[in-house]
Amino acid sequence: MNTVASLIMTAQPPQQAAEPTAARVDVKAMPKILGRLTRLALRYPIWSGAAVSCALGAAVFNLITPRLLGQAVDQAHHLLVDGQFNPAATHAALLTTALLIVGTCAVRGTLTGLQGFLGEAIAQRVGYDLRLAFFQKLQHMSFSFHDTNHSGDLIARGMLDLEGVRGFLETGVLRVITLVLLLGVGSWQVLRADLQLGLLSLSFVPFVIWRATQMGALLRVTWNRLQEMLSNLTLDMEENLQGSRVVRAFASRSFELAKFDRIAQAALELSNRRIVIRMGAMSVMNLAYYSAMALVLFFGGRRVADGSLTVGMLTEFLTFMSILQQPVRQVGMVVNSSARATSSGRRLFEILDAQPEIADVPGAKNLVIDQGVLRLENVAFSYPGSTRNALTDINIEVSAGRTLGIVGAPGSGKSTLAGLIPRFYDVTAGRITIDGQDIRRVTLQSLRRSVSLVQQEIFLFDTSIHNNVAYTDPWAQEERVIEATSIAQLHEHIATLPKGYSTRVGERGVSLSGGQRQRMSIARGLVSQPDIIILDDSTAAIDAATEQRVRAALRDAVNHMATIIIAHRLSALKDADEIVFLEGGRIVERGNHQHLIGAGGRYAALWALQNRTDGYLGTAGHPLEEAQVS
Amino acid sequence: MISSGGGGGGGGGGGFADRSMRNAVDQGEEIFTRFDSRIVQRLWGFFGPHRLYFVAALSAVLLFTAVQVAIPYTVRYSIDASVGTSTIALTTVLSVFGGLIVLYAIMQFVQEWLSSCLAQRVIFDLRRAMFAHLQDVSLSLLDQTQVGRLMARLQGDVGSLQEFLENSVSAIGDLFLLIGIIVVLLGMDLKLGLLTLSVLPLLVLARALWIPWAKVKFRRARESSSSVNAALAENISGIRTVQENRREAFNFERYTGLVQENLEAQIGSSQASQIMVPAVDILTGAALAIVVVVGGEAVLGGTLGVGVMVAYIFYVQRFFDPIRTLSMQYTMMQRAAASGHRIFEVLDLPITIADRPDPVEITQATPGIEFRNVTFGYRPDQPVLHALNFAVKPHQTVALVGPTGSGKTSITALIHRFYEAWEGEVRVGGHDVRDISLESLGQTVGLVLQEPFLFSGSIYDNIRYGVTGADKADVIAAAVAVRAHDFIMQFPDGYDTQLGQRGRNLSIGQRQLLSFARALLAKPKILILDEATANIDSFTEQAIQQALKVLLNGRTCLVIAHRLATIRDADLIIVLERGRIVEQGNHDELLKRRGLYSRLHSSSHDSFDDIAAPLAAYAA
Repeated sequence: MNTVASLIMTAQPPQQAAEPTAARVDVKAMPKILGRLTRLALRYPIWSGAAVSCALGAAVFNLITPRLLGQAVDQAHHLLVDGQFNPAATHAALLTTALLIVGTCAVRGTLTGLQGFLGEAIAQRVGYDLRLAFFQKLQHMSFSFHDTNHSGDLIARGMLDLEGVRGFLETGVLRVITLVLLLGVGSWQVLRADLQLGLLSLSFVPFVIWRATQMGALLRVTWNRLQEMLSNLTLDMEENLQGSRVVRAFASRSFELAKFDRIAQAALELSNRRIVIRMGAMSVMNLAYYSAMALVLFFGGRRVADGSLTVGMLTEFLTFMSILQQPVRQVGMVVNSSARATSSGRRLFEILDAQPEIADVPGAKNLVIDQGVLRLENVAFSYPGSTRNALTDINIEVSAGRTLGIVGAPGSGKSTLAGLIPRFYDVTAGRITIDGQDIRRVTLQSLRRSVSLVQQEIFLFDTSIHNNVAYTDPWAQEERVIEATSIAQLHEHIATLPKGYSTRVGERGVSLSGGQRQRMSIARGLVSQPDIIILDDSTAAIDAATEQRVRAALRDAVNHMATIIIAHRLSALKDADEIVFLEGGRIVERGNHQHLIGAGGRYAALWALQNRTDGYLGTAGHPLEEAQVS
Repeated sequence: MISSGGGGGGGGGGGFADRSMRNAVDQGEEIFTRFDSRIVQRLWGFFGPHRLYFVAALSAVLLFTAVQVAIPYTVRYSIDASVGTSTIALTTVLSVFGGLIVLYAIMQFVQEWLSSCLAQRVIFDLRRAMFAHLQDVSLSLLDQTQVGRLMARLQGDVGSLQEFLENSVSAIGDLFLLIGIIVVLLGMDLKLGLLTLSVLPLLVLARALWIPWAKVKFRRARESSSSVNAALAENISGIRTVQENRREAFNFERYTGLVQENLEAQIGSSQASQIMVPAVDILTGAALAIVVVVGGEAVLGGTLGVGVMVAYIFYVQRFFDPIRTLSMQYTMMQRAAASGHRIFEVLDLPITIADRPDPVEITQATPGIEFRNVTFGYRPDQPVLHALNFAVKPHQTVALVGPTGSGKTSITALIHRFYEAWEGEVRVGGHDVRDISLESLGQTVGLVLQEPFLFSGSIYDNIRYGVTGADKADVIAAAVAVRAHDFIMQFPDGYDTQLGQRGRNLSIGQRQLLSFARALLAKPKILILDEATANIDSFTEQAIQQALKVLLNGRTCLVIAHRLATIRDADLIIVLERGRIVEQGNHDELLKRRGLYSRLHSSSHDSFDDIAAPLAAYAA
């Protein structure tokens, strides 16, 4: 294995070093990860035992056939050697051998098929376990985890790496077992029968195993690099199509085609290299195999001629070789799939072993809402890995029926603050309480049921409008959904759609505009009838008049909620009971609108700026809206 | 194993991109398409430029097949030589054998290498043709198609065609191998040959019965795994929403159902693929038994050499392989036919907007724009613009103002000839846009979209997108001019900062500034700008406002305007409603006219949607 590793290291250009998974096969981690994977399969001991027994049986019956065939040749040939001829006995013998051959083949085939099926079934079961564990783990990892792990990468782990692991369990393990059994039992059998011919017929095995191992590892590495190139190609084509307006606006057709050619050409060359590696190794391996066969024919043939070996024996050696050839060559595949399973397994276990930072403390109780008072006391927060405080000394109180406005420049900490309340992140210092209960001491389930955070950008699922709005509470009654969409000023629009609430989001021609998406987001936040609702810049794309109606409806319908509004447009905040102005993570001004205007500080300056006659005259239309209104 | 869940075997096959994209393909239309000869013909067209490769690959395959058939044949002679029933010496036979195995090794490499190279080249050309074609297809067609679907064709369909092509040359080899073996078996001994081959129809029959049954299972497995993967991907992409809405338990339950269904489907598919193994083995055993009994008798009777019997044993073990690969190739062919069909569908998308022969170039330094009686819409009988007439004179800045749906964006798209007007003429620099070469039009007319689109890559590459030859100094100058330089320099890598996922790491305002810099660097003679207001905070907005002044200066500009400042500075304001011009003039004129614009201006409304009602009243 060490030679393989060093070979691969040297085969790699140094610039690939930054991509450890792609650049080489991790030989050191292999035993540990493959061992852990195998243990996953052993959780199905009966199935695993059955699979191994079938593999064993198949190997034994496989090894019987050469003997039977050799025997048949000898039976047929006997007359010419001895000169004695007993037709009836020989007939009977031939017939018996023939029946034995059919029987052996039948048993061998059945066991091979069963072994294949059991192997796949175990791998599928392990795949089932891993899929669920992976899914569940990701659901419970906190936001800071998802901030640092790219969703595309997580999806790749859940799909590709899972397949890589499964493929190894499906074939890799059993192939190794089959090979070891065939080689072990078979060698013993042929070496016992004839040492010289036995050694000759096994002579190709070490060489082929060596070459196949090398090939498997090399192919793995090139495969990884090829995948990387192909995903670059995908990205390139996808962006070109998504940005077709820009491509055309800049008349960049030839530039884009040149870029495509460059990437595709590189991928083409690499895949040609793969073929050279694979076929180069394959033909050398076949040459070795046939050379060994030539030696057997030569020495065996001479000994048949001088009478020290029967033709049947020679046939037996030859058929034995042809049986052994396939599994020996598969060593390449096993090495390849082990290498893949090693890197895939590591990537998968990395996630499965991760611990969520935010979870219920032992004995956490459900949040009990009485007055509905939310309080932030001396709260400070810094993002993991950052030394700078994103929030410092925040003291805020808002209670049911009241509204708090938050304003500040981008990066002043507004959204960070919003994320602390449903505990997407935990405060670094100070505490957040709801009716006196520290939110870290209550269950996440009950906390998040009481707090709705409505974000600026809504994530829509590929399902009906109803299901998207009722995402929080899939069992919500139609009336509750309509109530929510009515407050969000979206019901009228949905009612005009031919399929109403059953319209599938994203279906051709019914894409929603930015403002409509935001209103949908608000409706979604309202369906669960939260006690605290936080609107994080979620009205920016809604025109001012509609926004006013949304605010009025919010006030009328649900005066039992505590509301936090984060907005750039101050007109959206001016009716709030209290407004805080954030700068660099600190509250620098606070008070109600009148008070802040009177104070003549930053808020007043921003108000003046936004209310100059040359302020907005904006419609917040979606650029595609026009194309879709009809 | 057609199900091929594992992939990756032998160093690859399948692959992520291919498989996941294939999942995105509409599933209903996949498998049962018959092989259409027209597709073969058209595909053949792509082989044309590589004809030599094809001939070479085919010859190599034939030679390789011949060697494969010959090797067991020499085994026969070496056995016969050993037992002394042959006149040819063992050493002679074995030197022939030696020559054959060297040839075997060489030809195996050559045939595989040639046929793979051929397949890859054809696929490269095909994909490139699709990609190039999509660059020319009109936007009205592209708008109707989801990028995901196109990508499924560029990736998934091209991938399954590639799989087919890579295997088809060797499939031809397998066919010849089968014929070769049959010929040799019959040639060595007609009776024994016929008897041995009698299991062949049984095998073919078994496979023919098996394929349709297994296909259903394989398909179910494929579909269920694509729905499992889709559910996983959706949950990961929307994980914040999932957690915000406490959907973890509900989603897990739903996912468990899908995964369970997938497990059952996969086990079903594995049953289907493994059930063939004993069948093939039993038939192989039967054929061997025939050789033993009938051949053994003949050897006993002295009518057959023992070498022939041994050779039969070798051939019988070989002839099941080609049958298996051929039937696999048949399934692959059906899938490839469906893919080919979808690929040519893309290649057949009509190109409605193309240069006329001998098109005009725009040479004027500052061309103007003119709309003459332009009527246009996206759907038949639903015009969005009605007989529109207006002109933007050279050096003028014209502001388009109007509520959502009034046709502003359509006007800008027509100037760039993204679409063709139904009636009337759109003129740029005194020429009908249909007479101007697209290249020249693209260089003349710059466009800034409301939602800026950035490509993955560095900030530097994004700014010089329109002028790929621009050097760093030019790029920085443009960024400084539009006030993007400061925020760019705040990144540790400055202009070399990589934009992840199309600039998701930038705020919308910052993305807007980058797209301004990009437009400025391209130095368009005409600038079309869709002003963005939404989602931008007041702080960034000021920077944008000043950048705009730089951008608009010294060229002909048409702005879809939302800011009063931009509108007031315009030389001409066109107020649109439902595809018609309701009012036009400059700010002062419109104010003096005491019409709609002045009412709008004096009201304290800060959004244009608010005037939709008065406008409607005015129109009525």
